[in-house]
Amino acid sequence: MTTTIRALLGASALCAVGTLAAAQEGTVTIATVNNGDMIRMQGLTDDFTAQYPDITLEWVTLEENVLRQNVTTDIATGGGQYDVITIGTYEVPIWGANDWLVSLDEGMAEDWNSSDILPAIAGGLTVDGTLYAAPFYGESSMVMYRTDLMEQAGLEMPDAPTWDFIRQAAEAMTDEEAEIYGICLRGKAGWGENMAFLTAMGNSFGARWFDEDWNAQFDSEAWANTLNFYLDLMTNYGPPGAANNGFNENLALFQQGKCGMWIDATVAASFVTNPTDSTVADSVGFALAPDNGLGKRGNWLWAWSLAIPSSSDNVDAAKAFISWATGQGYTELVASEEGWANVPPGTRTSLYENEEYLAAAPFAQMTLDSINAADPTNPAVDPVPYTGVQFVAIPEFAGIGTQVGQQFSAALAGQMTAEEALASAQEITTDEMEAAGY
Amino acid sequence: MATQHSRSAARLMMAPAVFVLLVWMLVPLIMTLYFSVLDYRPMRGAFDCCVGLSNYTSFLTSSAFLDSILVTLVMVGGILAITVVGGVALALLLDKPIWGQGIVRILVIAPFFVMPTVSALVWKNMFMDPVNGLLAHLWEFFGAEPISWLSDLPLFSIILIVSWQWLPFATLILLTAIQSLDSEQLEAAEMDGAPGYSRFLWIILPHMARAITVVILIQTIFLLSIFAEIFVTTNGAFGTRTLTYLVYQRVIESQNVGLGSAGGIIAVILANIVAIFLMRIVGKNLDA
Amino acid sequence: MARAVTPQKKALWTVLAWIVGLIIFFPILWIILTSFKTEATAIADPPVWFFFDWTTENYGIVQDRSDYFRFLWNSVILSVGSTAVGILIAVPAAWSMAFVPGRRTKDILMWMLSTKMLPAVGVLFPIVLIAKWLNMYDSYILLIGVLTLINLPIIVWMLYTYFKEIPVDILEAARMDGATLRSEILYILTPMAIPGIASTVLLNIILAWNEAFWTLNLTTVSAAPLTKFIASYSSPEGLFFAKLSAASTMAIAPILILGWFSQKQLVRGLTFGAVK
Repeated sequence: MTTTIRALLGASALCAVGTLAAAQEGTVTIATVNNGDMIRMQGLTDDFTAQYPDITLEWVTLEENVLRQNVTTDIATGGGQYDVITIGTYEVPIWGANDWLVSLDEGMAEDWNSSDILPAIAGGLTVDGTLYAAPFYGESSMVMYRTDLMEQAGLEMPDAPTWDFIRQAAEAMTDEEAEIYGICLRGKAGWGENMAFLTAMGNSFGARWFDEDWNAQFDSEAWANTLNFYLDLMTNYGPPGAANNGFNENLALFQQGKCGMWIDATVAASFVTNPTDSTVADSVGFALAPDNGLGKRGNWLWAWSLAIPSSSDNVDAAKAFISWATGQGYTELVASEEGWANVPPGTRTSLYENEEYLAAAPFAQMTLDSINAADPTNPAVDPVPYTGVQFVAIPEFAGIGTQVGQQFSAALAGQMTAEEALASAQEITTDEMEAAGY
Repeated sequence: MATQHSRSAARLMMAPAVFVLLVWMLVPLIMTLYFSVLDYRPMRGAFDCCVGLSNYTSFLTSSAFLDSILVTLVMVGGILAITVVGGVALALLLDKPIWGQGIVRILVIAPFFVMPTVSALVWKNMFMDPVNGLLAHLWEFFGAEPISWLSDLPLFSIILIVSWQWLPFATLILLTAIQSLDSEQLEAAEMDGAPGYSRFLWIILPHMARAITVVILIQTIFLLSIFAEIFVTTNGAFGTRTLTYLVYQRVIESQNVGLGSAGGIIAVILANIVAIFLMRIVGKNLDA
Repeated sequence: MARAVTPQKKALWTVLAWIVGLIIFFPILWIILTSFKTEATAIADPPVWFFFDWTTENYGIVQDRSDYFRFLWNSVILSVGSTAVGILIAVPAAWSMAFVPGRRTKDILMWMLSTKMLPAVGVLFPIVLIAKWLNMYDSYILLIGVLTLINLPIIVWMLYTYFKEIPVDILEAARMDGATLRSEILYILTPMAIPGIASTVLLNIILAWNEAFWTLNLTTVSAAPLTKFIASYSSPEGLFFAKLSAASTMAIAPILILGWFSQKQLVRGLTFGAVK
């Protein structure tokens, strides 16, 4: 009896070894975005190939828009070009529900601890209890500000500021002669650019995209307040040409010392405090995204994540790669090579319990608090039928969001008034939702 | 000279080119036609036959459609105007006796070799950026307020970028045309005391007419499908959404392949109307 | 030069032409200059012109990050390959159109040109599906095929207009002298056609090299040319003008150099029948 069991066990163990060996070879083609953390990962490829000598990694690093265009076409046609793709919390629920992604519940490396992933992040990558993507880095948004300029203005930034305070501070810090603008915000049109910011901001003003019957809500007073406040801030205290500024442009402005405050992704914290790139590295403070006393803050939740398309023919090797890139070992590897402040943030609980990390990254606590303050299932003050903080997790959203974003961007550029922008946003959204069958 | 034999030989020689182009045109066109009557939205898992012409009606009736036609016309027209006028001027200039003519010509044709993506990226970031761009520095140097090119003058900015790329092409063709002009005719006119502008108006310009129509035809073909320059600079915002870009937004951003395919078919029809119109003119010119 | 030109006039034209030439060339010069700066110098205010610490570190970083030579090699294969195939198909077609014109020759030519008007984005899904179905996605064959097809109309037209300029009388004279068809083609027509073919080849290489829609959407790794290489340097996090410039210089330099060296050949045939 026992011998039989033992024999069986032995056989299955052999099998396991067999499949593992088979798994650890082949070429894994990885599509990723050209953000700093991903480029760093590409530079550390040697560590992975040392562990899995039979797996070859092919990197396709692309700018975000081109990447999305490529990956979406590939997955929608079942092209099977990529074994690992880099996507966000917007795509994962939709693609996962379409069975276009491989479940990561099984087959990951043993030390890849899924229960360690921050619950807020894991929630956004899970569909019906199945995890479809592994977070590479997670982010929320928060206020980054210049402590020196704040002091000069005689103000003190609270940990949890209100929008009114932000306006007051922006006014006090603006000095156009010296090319210092009180506040830098996203203005570039796109669902992942200005609409990410404005949707999150709208949440704190009591605005929402749709009511519970999927009726567009841009004719609401809350949206009018949001947009007017934003336009007022940006035209009076923002940099010139703000309607073309996205994350990158604002990062550059802030690093050059031209912004007093910047409300954007928490992941920017490590860039603006990095003395080699930033001229203001030692005078940056952090605060939670502002609110209006309505119970919601204007911060979002996003995670660049690695997933495997169902059309991949090398799933096991892809899982080995994802286990490596999103595991705790990778964090330690980056820490030892580049310092703790540069590890990809916002994905694992253990990172925020690590004393070394907390000591090296002054923004760590604020990042964690911001991530925890975002609630994708219940983002707005009023109830909504959708999930997603700064997006609406339906397939039509990318198209609608970008078109609406273009209206708001045009309003910022002074080509139309806030009322006109909202009216045409309402019209576009209603049309598109009708066409989509809501 | 054209015997029956040489005719059939000629047909045979032409066959491969005609055949591959026919396949290249028909296969995607038929598939696009088929998609255009489907409710094909891959993100929804929808692939339903058949919704009739509803994709066409919704594409044609959306407010974006007419705007995009207008933008396309302004953009193509603007670029053509700049490149033709600039090309004539440059060709006249390069035809003058100058020292270092070869080098100047090399400098002038260089933009034609630059990838559209690269030129859009460089113009956007290094020249037109209102804070760090070189044009902003130039404006500041003269004490003027820097312009936010891509949000205040978006259409003009794109026209400028694309014109920069195509000006060399126009210049080259027009220059060859000028150089082929019989110089004796010009000299005779000069002897008669005809002033410079009238020589230009009555002798040089008519001589270049044919070259100008060729430039217009070829550039129009390429300009109708401008994509990279818009994608990189404004992403279709601020009224720079051409018909091509609108189709792109429908197919890729909205992931509505049915609707986008209908848009594609409409674009093909419109482009062919333009083509027929243009070719009538050029065809006549080529026969002459 | 038959026309008498005073030195003053020549000097005036020279100055004017050089100013215009330099303005047109300036953006390219600026890319090249910026590629040798550090990131900090690249965004210095006011801009720095020539006197900075020249560095080649950007080129090193770019090469480290993405294997430039693989992209370059692919660009060469795709542009040369598609040009070769295109010429092979186009020369006979243009030849017969020029020397044995039928009633519908002109219509066929115009129809060919009109296929270029098919908006690429509209047929993206069909082409991707066909590529997947043929299992040729990201292969040289597919890309060479597509690039050949999109440029074929231009090649045919260019060659046609060039061949048409070849005087038929010469042929007939040769025939009188008892020349065979073979020697006719080999010794009379080919030498006359070479400049036109050469400039067509050059123009087509340029067009194929710079094509950025199909090459981006139909490749991943194996056949990815320089257009894909550039896509990994546009808008990264932060402004990396110097690296962007280095990558841009690397992407355009080969074709720029080719273009400059062969500009005489390019210009000779680039007439599209515009000259008569």
